[in-house]
Amino acid sequence: MERRKVLVEGIAKKVMLVAALCLIVPVLAIIAYIFYKASPVLGLDYLWGVPEGGGTGGGIWPPLIGTFFLVLVSLCICAPIGIMAGIYLNEYAPDNWFTRIINMAVTSLAGVPSIVHALFGVGAFVLTFGMGESLLAASCTIAVMTIPVLITSTREALSAVPMAFRQACWNMGATKWQTIRTIVLPNSISGILTGVILEVSRAAGETAPILFTGAAASIPFMADSLGDKLMPYFLGDKFMALSYHLKVVADKLNDVPEAMKYGTAAVLIGLIFILNSFSIVLRMYLRSRKKW
Amino acid sequence: MSDPEIDELSIRTRNLSLWYGKFQALHEVSVDIKPNIITSLIGPSGCGKTTLLRCFNRINERYGNVTTTGEVRILGENIYTEAVALAELRKSVGMVFQRPNPLPISIEKNILFGVRSHSRSRDLPASKREELIESALSEVSLWNELKDNLKRKATTLTLEQQQKLCIARLLPLKPEIILMDEPCSALDADGIERIEELISELKDRYTIVIVTHNMAQARRASDECIYMYLGEIKEHASTMELFMNPKNEQTAMYIEGRYG
Ligand SMILES: Nc1ncnc2c1ncn2[C@@H]1O[C@H](COP(=O)(O)OP(=O)(O)OP(=O)(O)O)[C@@H](O)[C@H]1O
Ligand SMILES: [Mg+2]
Repeated sequence: MERRKVLVEGIAKKVMLVAALCLIVPVLAIIAYIFYKASPVLGLDYLWGVPEGGGTGGGIWPPLIGTFFLVLVSLCICAPIGIMAGIYLNEYAPDNWFTRIINMAVTSLAGVPSIVHALFGVGAFVLTFGMGESLLAASCTIAVMTIPVLITSTREALSAVPMAFRQACWNMGATKWQTIRTIVLPNSISGILTGVILEVSRAAGETAPILFTGAAASIPFMADSLGDKLMPYFLGDKFMALSYHLKVVADKLNDVPEAMKYGTAAVLIGLIFILNSFSIVLRMYLRSRKKW
Repeated sequence: MSDPEIDELSIRTRNLSLWYGKFQALHEVSVDIKPNIITSLIGPSGCGKTTLLRCFNRINERYGNVTTTGEVRILGENIYTEAVALAELRKSVGMVFQRPNPLPISIEKNILFGVRSHSRSRDLPASKREELIESALSEVSLWNELKDNLKRKATTLTLEQQQKLCIARLLPLKPEIILMDEPCSALDADGIERIEELISELKDRYTIVIVTHNMAQARRASDECIYMYLGEIKEHASTMELFMNPKNEQTAMYIEGRYG
């Protein structure tokens, strides 16, 4: 009887280990395959270069810096709104029908497919607010798409701070804002910021939200000075982005060398990987300074 | 206000009722708590002891959907009016919790937290801060143990030290009343003894209300005792009287340990 138990235990463990491996094998396989296929082009010249012949040759710098800017501008828009809304809902909002409606809206918005957000972006930002197809309109669209998820991740980070700390502050006469500023935020900021970066970089890797709101297949790129190269797009300009560039080279042009296509994918994966690692490092740094 | 009887009381409630949403947690509570004694509050779990304490500094309002009716006078002043300054009220009525809850910052910052949130930093020069820290820690007899480690994080102290610190951090605010919600239940026997000693030292300067589940503690550590049941006050008498000669049948059963 005892031996049977041990045996079953051993089998169960192995089965679940296999399930866990099933998770990472495809991921690693995809990444390895992409980087293997991309290896002929990958290099500094490719990263720093400008596309030639409509993407059939040259480098990938304009879409790379474009995606980077997209992340940055979206961050500036959605981080303050998402974080403040999360703080309000978690720390201030009374439990009444109005709060429940907001919560319901947040949950359902988070479930809306990105193409719907994209169409909303066209209607609201591109047309109604007159931003035109631009970096700003695309960033606003990404922001709208990310805010609900940000609110949720901010609330999670805030509710991880024990209630006892808030009680202690309130009972010494501190206002809610004093409590949030001196105790709650310092102890949740790592979680909040990680959530923000992860969500925004995920959204910026998508094609749909920028498809009609500002991404361009190609933009004449006259980058002679270093300044132009680092700061090629302004808020009102159309811009190139990796996800859209990938779509363009992958299905529009038959004469793009395979390595160029895989190169684009590899750079996109790499950029998102770097952003994620940055957020993880940031979290570890803030955690290490954590106050309890 | 002119009634000298009322002015002398630390806490006086009349017909105090409280609802969490639709659930009534306090029923017409009328109680007089005298200054500079220790009053213990006993009763079975869920009878509203914590709720009643939280009425005395109006902190219940921070816990969602709460309705309060009736009157609570702290040091003669009705606190359930628009005009009352909540920050001032919470300065003069401090609270200590069941689980020690020092803030996750240094010992000295814990002690200064209260005064800092009530005054601008330029009104708190370093000399003043040091004085506040030393006198608060001395008053709870932690100064000698901790004076060389004031920058240490308060959450790394032993539970007993943490609980004393939680009392100490109220003192710079110059409270009149200290409410304690089962302050000893997270501590071991030694810790309990020393906190009880501390409480009885503090009673000369402060009015103390202490919730406890421990009959022996209520008996040895308090001067007056209140028995609550389902949101009502069933009996309020001197501790001696209440334990030796309870008037209420339920009180008798409870202190004999037949339920609760
Ligand atoms: N924030 C709240 N929202 C809703 N109901 C509450 C809340 N706090 C307490 N209650 C309810 O009010 C009643 C009294 O609770 P209270 O915490 O005051 O009891 P207690 O006497 O302190 O109990 P214990 O001895 O377990 O600490 C309980 O029935 C409890 O469920
Ligand atoms: Mg309680």
